[in-house]
Amino acid sequence: MVESVETAVALPGGFDALGHQVLRLPELEGFEHNDQHPVGYGRMLRKEDPRFVRGLGRYCDDIQLTGMLHLAILRSPHAHARIVHIDASAAMAHPKVKAVVTGADLAAHKLAWMPTLSHDVQAVLATDKVRFQGQEVAFVVAEDHYAARDALELIDVEYERLPAVVDARRALDADAPVIRDDLTGADGCPRSDNRCFDWETGDAAATAAAFARADVVVSQDMTYPRVHPAPLETCGAVADYDRVAGKLTLWCTSQAPHAHRTMYALLTGLPEHKIRIVSPDVGGGFGNKVPIYPGYVCALVGSQITGRPVKWMEDRTENLISTAFARDYHMRGEIAATRDGKILAIRTNVLADHGAFNGVAAPSKFPAGFFGVFTGSYDLDAAHAAMTAVYTNKAPGGVAYACSFRITEAVYLVERLVDCLSAELGIDPVELRLRNFIRPDQFPYESKTGWVYDSGEYERALRLALSIAGYDELRAEQAERRARGELMGIGVSFFTEAVGAGPRKLMDIGGLGMADTCELRIHPTGKATVRVSVQTQGQGHETTFAQIIAAEIGIPPADIDVVHGDTDATPFGLGTYGSRSTPVSGAAAALVARKVRDKAQLLAAEMLEASVADLEWRTDAAGLGGFGVRGDTRNVVSIQDVARFAYGTSDLPDGMEGGLDGQLCYNPENLTYPFGAYICVVDVDPGTAVVKVRRFIAVDDCGPRINEMIVEGQVHRGLTDGVGMALMELIAFDEHGTCLGGSLMDYLIPTAKEVPSWETGFTVTPSPHHPIGAKGIGESATVGSPPAIVNAVVDALAPYGVRHADMPLTPSRVWEAMHGRGTPAA
Amino acid sequence: MQVTMTVNGEEVTREIEGRLLLVHFLRDHLGLTGTHWGCDTSNCGACAVWLDDEPVKSCTVLAAMAGGHDVRTVEDLEHEGELDPIQLGFMACHGLQCGFCTSGMLMTARALLDRDPQPTEDTIREAISGQICRCTGYASIVRSVQWAAQYEREVQGG
Repeated sequence: MVESVETAVALPGGFDALGHQVLRLPELEGFEHNDQHPVGYGRMLRKEDPRFVRGLGRYCDDIQLTGMLHLAILRSPHAHARIVHIDASAAMAHPKVKAVVTGADLAAHKLAWMPTLSHDVQAVLATDKVRFQGQEVAFVVAEDHYAARDALELIDVEYERLPAVVDARRALDADAPVIRDDLTGADGCPRSDNRCFDWETGDAAATAAAFARADVVVSQDMTYPRVHPAPLETCGAVADYDRVAGKLTLWCTSQAPHAHRTMYALLTGLPEHKIRIVSPDVGGGFGNKVPIYPGYVCALVGSQITGRPVKWMEDRTENLISTAFARDYHMRGEIAATRDGKILAIRTNVLADHGAFNGVAAPSKFPAGFFGVFTGSYDLDAAHAAMTAVYTNKAPGGVAYACSFRITEAVYLVERLVDCLSAELGIDPVELRLRNFIRPDQFPYESKTGWVYDSGEYERALRLALSIAGYDELRAEQAERRARGELMGIGVSFFTEAVGAGPRKLMDIGGLGMADTCELRIHPTGKATVRVSVQTQGQGHETTFAQIIAAEIGIPPADIDVVHGDTDATPFGLGTYGSRSTPVSGAAAALVARKVRDKAQLLAAEMLEASVADLEWRTDAAGLGGFGVRGDTRNVVSIQDVARFAYGTSDLPDGMEGGLDGQLCYNPENLTYPFGAYICVVDVDPGTAVVKVRRFIAVDDCGPRINEMIVEGQVHRGLTDGVGMALMELIAFDEHGTCLGGSLMDYLIPTAKEVPSWETGFTVTPSPHHPIGAKGIGESATVGSPPAIVNAVVDALAPYGVRHADMPLTPSRVWEAMHGRGTPAA
Repeated sequence: MQVTMTVNGEEVTREIEGRLLLVHFLRDHLGLTGTHWGCDTSNCGACAVWLDDEPVKSCTVLAAMAGGHDVRTVEDLEHEGELDPIQLGFMACHGLQCGFCTSGMLMTARALLDRDPQPTEDTIREAISGQICRCTGYASIVRSVQWAAQYEREVQGG
């Protein structure tokens, strides 16, 4: 029954919601896990929720400035066409229009092209030709949003259509039209083909030798189709250029405000200290909001030329057809093993479709992201991957949708291959994985492609998942159902991720090393403000970072404010993507708190008239902290006492500055390697080929969890992505390059009806090099769940002899697979 | 044209274009930015508000059509400083992350509880199936609604 019967308005304890309401929710029976621990690791309620549940979040589109104008973008209806002529006179004559800008106008200011995050360039507005449907051609600034849209209709563009390259597999054909004739090759001549880059990793000769001595080799072609992160809030910006101060303020949907500021400085020539990027509340990111989009640049140009604030918010179609897509890898995988199920080697050839511009947001030295971890969770003798990336007449992007820099594709490849091998050998997929796992005593483990896995206890996680699922009972049930002609499938996947980029010497975005700074100020009354370089799009940083600091410095999370997303108010760092906030900024937060605590200890020694070495750090049951003299339980100074002392009038120890604050930049020595074991149970209707996900069991290990509630929420989100990608989501194109997934009526995202009640479990294997052992969880389930679902569907279709079918497993795809028209073996 | 309607209990009159969508009327003309816009095609439900006590998607209703009717938005859930149980439930059970779908989810869930104080999991999933959340995976939203139902029964004596 209910333990406390307070009314909602006067619930005692807990945190301060909006500065006027102290809230502690009653615990209801059956909801005990929502207990709120005041300090440290625990399921503390989120500090950001009181504003969101009131509708008081402040997203980009909520920003209203005096005199603000509205910007709309004219986009290409064609995938590939030369621009012959643009007539904007009728649009200019519209009474509410303040400006119309074309690529030629931008070219006059050297702003028609901008660098991407992958050493390529992308057109802000097309000057010569359009290279994908939806590409930006011109923009209008008008008094209101409706008028701006009206004026787009008045711009007359004459196009000369060109043949489009839609199928990546034809992009390198001799007669394929050249998309990037703006680029020059090494010889200084215009590019003559659509090659974007070639890349390889691993040891081809050693891998060939391992394949030569294998008893069994299984090959499988598979496609990880083009999908889209589709955050519920689309991308947008409000630009406000103050021509007197020469300062640009840009509110925008950015996961990486500091990196964006540097990019804008380099692009526009505005001095970096005169640019302020504010990423306000952001309605989901998932990698979609890492790149700089032409619309942001248009907004700042619009504000500069009109002298007024300008808002640009894309609509859903613009979001789906022009911003960062994800995946689009065509993979041939091969796996070699002994007859008793020892995997010897894996190799793969990948054709990567990068769209019209290489807009991949990945570290410079990793053009294929972290796809190199395709050896998965297994101890192999050899591995090799070769990749060719091509340009096509499709939207740019490639690294997005919670992919951990392409680890989604890598995990899908290896987990499908292991299941194909399992079918070939007749060894249960669980047993096959257990026989090949990297063992706990092998960590740190250097993979055959050079990745150093920090820690793992794979078998423990898989056995927990098996026990939650009741694996043996499920197999028995499956046998019974099969005998009755029913199609039940059980799919297993095991993934290892590599998250928390850098170190900075290896990893960068646009030349900016991947290290992140955290600043902590303890105020005279013992309250604290922490400023982080990462930015939240729903992950709950305002709560998590307060908890990290609280656990280190003994101040309750309610007394700690987290500032993020504003380059004028936060120290430099690379931002939130690739599950890097906790592994990188979380480490910076813990370490800066320890640094401040070290100073507090010196001050406490002065206060207690004791030697520093005799002091010890103590926390009480509620997590409140202070220093005491060893062996003396009476004399204690709290961290709040120390803060008052640090800012007070007393003499400080010789040479010590007043105040109690600190700043620290954390450069990770390695990535962290979270992992997990997923089991999916599906039922396939033999009559309609509809797949129903009946159960999904996810056991994750991301090291210690700072806020268990938030971590579980991250897992739930990723599992839903997995159902979407495995069964529903597809950005498809027709033969002319027209996008067929340009609305949420066509691009299908799971609702509450398509997903089950998730079953989660956790094991804890700390990262040895992270100060609190945490590993990052934001993308684990998106990475790990698609192969479990596909493995389950393929398992269900075993009576039809199906070994593989490509995502999304829509009823028509499943039906084709059942009738022998699925993806054949390579 | 001129339109008059009641929004969150207050009568408002504004001069508008006939084509103005209700979602833009609420956000841009009345400054009620708690209602969000997410898709244009009635799929996502971030714009859900009440029109005469029934949830509707305000991106698919003309402001003119709401003339003479009662509109209720998320800003009206809190009453005299007291949060609605559905708001408490979403906080208690992590029914939101980025907060963008939350307003619509809250309005739909409140309407559900008003007509069915003890909804089953299936009923809740059905009720919110016209809305998309990209963050929670829905399970926590289901629990949030169940929490609110239980709170209303046991704490408020519902």
